[in-house]
Amino acid sequence: MKKVEAIIQPSKLDQVKNALHEIGVEGMTVSDVRGHGRQKGHTEVYRGREYNVDLLPKVKIEMVLPDRLVDPVVSTILSAAKTGKIGDGKIFIYPVEESIRIRNEERGESAL
Amino acid sequence: MKHFVFALILGLAFGLCAGKGVAQTAPQPASEVQAAAPSQTPAGQSQKLEGEIASAQSAGDNSWMLVCSALVLMMTGPGLALFYGGLVRKKNVLATMMQSFSLMALITVLWAVVGFSLCFSSGTSFIGGVQHLFLHGVGSTPDPTYAGTIPLETYMVFQLMFAIITPALICGAFAERMKFSAMVLFMVLWSLIIYDPMAHMVWGKGGFLNASLGGAFPTLDFAGGTVVHITSGVSALVCALYLGKRVGYPHEPMPPHSVVLSFIGACLLWVGWFGFNAGSALAANGLATSAFVATHFGASAAAIGWAIAEWIRNGKPSVLGAISGAVAGLVAITPASGFVSPMSALIIGFIAGVFCYLMVSKVKSRFGYDDSLDAFGVHGAGGTIGALLTGVFATAAINPIFKDSHGNALPVGWVDGHAGQVLNQLVGVLIAWGLAIVGTLIILKIVDSLIGLRVPEEHEIQGLDLALHGEEGYTFEA
Repeated sequence: MKKVEAIIQPSKLDQVKNALHEIGVEGMTVSDVRGHGRQKGHTEVYRGREYNVDLLPKVKIEMVLPDRLVDPVVSTILSAAKTGKIGDGKIFIYPVEESIRIRNEERGESAL
Repeated sequence: MKHFVFALILGLAFGLCAGKGVAQTAPQPASEVQAAAPSQTPAGQSQKLEGEIASAQSAGDNSWMLVCSALVLMMTGPGLALFYGGLVRKKNVLATMMQSFSLMALITVLWAVVGFSLCFSSGTSFIGGVQHLFLHGVGSTPDPTYAGTIPLETYMVFQLMFAIITPALICGAFAERMKFSAMVLFMVLWSLIIYDPMAHMVWGKGGFLNASLGGAFPTLDFAGGTVVHITSGVSALVCALYLGKRVGYPHEPMPPHSVVLSFIGACLLWVGWFGFNAGSALAANGLATSAFVATHFGASAAAIGWAIAEWIRNGKPSVLGAISGAVAGLVAITPASGFVSPMSALIIGFIAGVFCYLMVSKVKSRFGYDDSLDAFGVHGAGGTIGALLTGVFATAAINPIFKDSHGNALPVGWVDGHAGQVLNQLVGVLIAWGLAIVGTLIILKIVDSLIGLRVPEEHEIQGLDLALHGEEGYTFEA
């Protein structure tokens, strides 16, 4: 089992989510986050005072998947989320030790 | 123990006032115009008709003035509460709104007991007397010195709304760091020591600066440029300097947490201001219309002025800038509203928009004071320039306020040829500045030595909503 964590542009969320549903991903957690890699922020001005905003809004999608789905999911995210510009985001893959379904206490890959 | 004693004193004082008020104020008979003994003679019928016309006039004036009173109260709550609330950080939104709201209640009680009397009963040139203590003698009978067609009680409640919003404006200077208890005490003293004398001098019987009642230095102030905006704005500057900067200012970014709230507040201020300025005509007449139009035009031109100045200097016109500009224009047109032509109102507004923009964006950062919500930059500065420009643009064609012994209209402002009026305006402005500076320093010293002004640093960092009120403005996760 692996956890795939993707940080993407907020405007790409719908496209990525639909594409993932299409290849059979059944569970995901989505959160609104702020952050930056090499993308520059912007300046806001209020009553003549400048504020540099370098933490930009992004969306984080987290999924725990059986190993066989990891490669298809990664390619799907790449094709749906890419614009080719700085700020597109990143994908991280982590090993997962255990997964448990709370409703019936099922464990392992069948709990995903 | 300290809190218990404080609450006990407050409770006793309140009980005393309520008791005394109930005992003293007997209901006044409604001022229905009595027709002469029923008669079919032309003279009798004519008198009856005149009475009915006067009644109709009163009905029109009184309904207008009550609406205006409501509009001005709306300017404080929710107008100013939202405008200021949106400008502070999220952790302080409730505390900021509470400052405006509590004054709605507090100043009302103070006004009823002693405030109205100190402003509007006869006394000296500088302060009124005790004739109307506990609103004694304030009922449905008009006081012709002030407004002959509406009950004195209407006049009282209209003026009350001005007395409420004026101290509320000062809160912009010490936002995010003032103790609530200290603010309450400060405002009670401020209202008594600064507002009441200033209002009496400009609008009260025998007032030193009263232009319509023969004051020694007639300062033209139609709706309160000096009484409301200069006193509060300058006082705000003194408070900002005395209290010092917020923790982290100016290095830590402290942008407004909701320009949306400020926007709504500013629009409510604009609409409410029609009550503030046009209502100061004290009747539903052509002068009210004139003031209404001047107010609207002043706001519009100022919004444009600020936006243009910002567009040029920053490359983009901001929403916060546009609404701030409108407010600055409304402030500046306040003293002028019942004296100037619509075209002059456009000019005054535009000048105020640009001037206040520079005050807020350049002067404030140059001198480094933390006037958090620009109470001085908008109200102090806007009120000053508006009061002076009133001396320039006031004209008898709009409002023949000065008359010679035969009742002929005299020149009013510079455009009429009476350039000296600008000097009279300057006297009023300087008195307002002086009273605000000296009075505020004294009050700050008193309150500081009694209970302290600023919250401790941990409270300031935690946020006043939690520290002072035990609440959070937004709990979206719930």
